[in-house]
Amino acid sequence: MASEEMEQLVRREYKQGFVTDIESETVPPGLDESTIAFISQKKEEPRWMLEWRLEAYHQWLKMTPPSWSHLEYPPIDYQAISYFSAPKKPEDRPQSLDEVDPKLLETYEKLGIPLHERAALAGVAVDAVFDSVSVATTFKDKLHEAGVIFCSISEAIREYPELVRQYLGTVVPQSDNYFAALNSAVFTDGSFVYVPEGVKCPMELSTYFRINAANTGQFERTLVVCDKRAQVSYLEGCTAPMRDENQLHAAVVELVALEDAYIKYSTVQNWYPGDENGKGGIYNFVTKRGDCRGDRSRISWTQVETGSAITWKYPSCMLRGKESIGEFYSVAVTNGRQQADTGTKMIHIGENTRSTIVAKGIAAGRSDQAYRGLVKIGPRAKGARNYTQCDSLLIGDQCGAHTFPYQEIGNSTATVEHEATTSKIADDQLFYCRARGIDEEDAVSMIVNGFCKDVFQELPMEFAVEAEALLNVTLEGSVG
Amino acid sequence: MLEVKDLHVTVEDKVILKGLNLTINAGEVHAIMGPNGAGKSTLSAVIAGKDGYEVTQGTILFEGQDVLEMEIEERARAGLLLGFQYPIEIPGVKNIYLLKAALNAQRAARGEGEIPAPEFMKLVREKSTDMKMDPSFLQRAVNEGFSGGEKKRNEILQMLILQPKLAMLDEIDSGLDIDAMKVVADGVNSLRNADRAILLVTHYQRLLNHIVPDHVHVLVDGRIVKSGGKDLALELEERGYDWVLEESVA
Ligand SMILES: Nc1ncnc2c1ncn2[C@@H]1O[C@H](COP(=O)(O)OP(=O)(O)OP(=O)(O)O)[C@@H](O)[C@H]1O
Ligand SMILES: [Mg+2]
Repeated sequence: MASEEMEQLVRREYKQGFVTDIESETVPPGLDESTIAFISQKKEEPRWMLEWRLEAYHQWLKMTPPSWSHLEYPPIDYQAISYFSAPKKPEDRPQSLDEVDPKLLETYEKLGIPLHERAALAGVAVDAVFDSVSVATTFKDKLHEAGVIFCSISEAIREYPELVRQYLGTVVPQSDNYFAALNSAVFTDGSFVYVPEGVKCPMELSTYFRINAANTGQFERTLVVCDKRAQVSYLEGCTAPMRDENQLHAAVVELVALEDAYIKYSTVQNWYPGDENGKGGIYNFVTKRGDCRGDRSRISWTQVETGSAITWKYPSCMLRGKESIGEFYSVAVTNGRQQADTGTKMIHIGENTRSTIVAKGIAAGRSDQAYRGLVKIGPRAKGARNYTQCDSLLIGDQCGAHTFPYQEIGNSTATVEHEATTSKIADDQLFYCRARGIDEEDAVSMIVNGFCKDVFQELPMEFAVEAEALLNVTLEGSVG
Repeated sequence: MLEVKDLHVTVEDKVILKGLNLTINAGEVHAIMGPNGAGKSTLSAVIAGKDGYEVTQGTILFEGQDVLEMEIEERARAGLLLGFQYPIEIPGVKNIYLLKAALNAQRAARGEGEIPAPEFMKLVREKSTDMKMDPSFLQRAVNEGFSGGEKKRNEILQMLILQPKLAMLDEIDSGLDIDAMKVVADGVNSLRNADRAILLVTHYQRLLNHIVPDHVHVLVDGRIVKSGGKDLALELEERGYDWVLEESVA
């Protein structure tokens, strides 16, 4: 859209004053320009931000949802979604753990989530959770001292508009894909991280994050920027099951690594899969992309994912800088009637770039999963190397796992290796463990955890332990 | 302790055991010998509870309990342990982790609590030294990349830690060099006492020089056709199996 038109539109909308009820905390379902203007106004955003959103919205209108993936889902009615609702007031939330669904607490217990975090995760009103708040404040001071910016994306747009404007949408453009366009138009939550030149972030951003941002939004936008020689390890999500009234989740995550920077982004996610027929489960359509912009930069994605009725997700790396490194370690577990379509894209642009992909898929019950990996080596990526290993483990005979490796190699000096295996959980392995006295369910979890070890060891320690517990909970009842 | 009566077993419509009888009392060591394909591994696998074997007739009692009614893990917890002819590899699962899980599962079944970590470490170190296994084996994935002999020693290590009442060792001597044979035999002998029994499946007299059996049985074509003392093994070594067969047919 020409900028003049945009001007007009923006002016007209404000003039018309359709956002009459400033006090209103929620917009009625539906999406049009006025909804977007409302969101932007609520968030006290600068004008350029609103324009950016509207641009995305207009792109989105022209796009159609992807249908090529290995998934089946009923069409989503985008006009039935409410795109803005203020966070629940403290008095509307449970006041103590006694008011929380015992089943949820039981799961926290099984997952080994520390006691002081359970309340926060269960959405108990914040001032009831003394521990975590004070812990969080200490973290905040520490980060501030190091010069690391870590705040919500909305706060960042207000407080650090120049930084945000410089990087937002430079990795995942507004029109990148259907869900990214939608997200760009309406995102309301998410985080912003900036690690200045030469700074190694003094702590994992996980702990802090888990306590403070446990309630994920429907349209999250995360932007992590690591300046030259900076380092950060960021952990998103947690093993506690995420229940949400919102069925559709369409997040965008952008990572930017400048020269010699290293970003490690780990995700442990346990979405609500719905009942055994998949009803009520979450649709998770995520665009995650890392840009190794500087020479010798490195971006590493590690993810352990279970839950959601439908997952569509391909964290990827653009390896632009010379000798930059992209890594993808993933464990996807599906059970019941879940469907997952995941994978990664490694786009080699710069010389001597390297990428490693280790994808482990575990399917149980009647679930179905697909791994899709694209390794693309551009004409200038001399000496680029990729190693890919995809392993699937099937539990039972009603589930499926499919692997689709794609390679586009535009350079004869590149080395691309691919290994793939599919195995059934071996009866012989189970027998061996059981013949030692270990019961069947423990034996399965032992074998499955062994299968995932290459990925788990990439996770921050505490989460590796939780991830194991998560696998066990997910696969409960999948044998026998 | 173990009483197998008139056992008939079929695998995929093929009849393998055809009326096998065997009684083992506490304190005894029994050796089963016999030609390839006779059904020796099948016998121990059926006792341990491996899937895919159909018992069409007969009974197996262990300390008076009907083994065929028990789950695989229940049998192990009751004190039945199978040492595998071909121990399987379990990638990513540490050897020491399997040992601990197994021991704790068995303790739990006896109403005992988990073994304290220091005590467990001490036990494992001691026993792996006995088996002349480098401690690094404990940290490796179960049997992964182990040599044939190392796998066998690992089986005995598990046995030393789990202390079964009846150990069934299937060709524990195959693939062992001379020194390893001695180590394995010493390990097995260290378990011998009045409350335990051992069932050895072997092809060679060698092993029986180290672990001297009380009874030797010849299994041919799904049946025990001859039983005797330790001298029977010597005779078999010398004369092969044909004469036993002829004798049993006669
Ligand atoms: N799963 C199976 N399917 C088909 N046949 C089988 C199966 N398992 C065992 N058998 C057959 O049963 C017979 C007995 O096998 P078993 O392994 O018990 O012999 P064995 O006495 O232990 O022999 P060896 O001395 O070679 O170890 C063999 O003919 C074997 O091929
Ligand atoms: Mg055999």
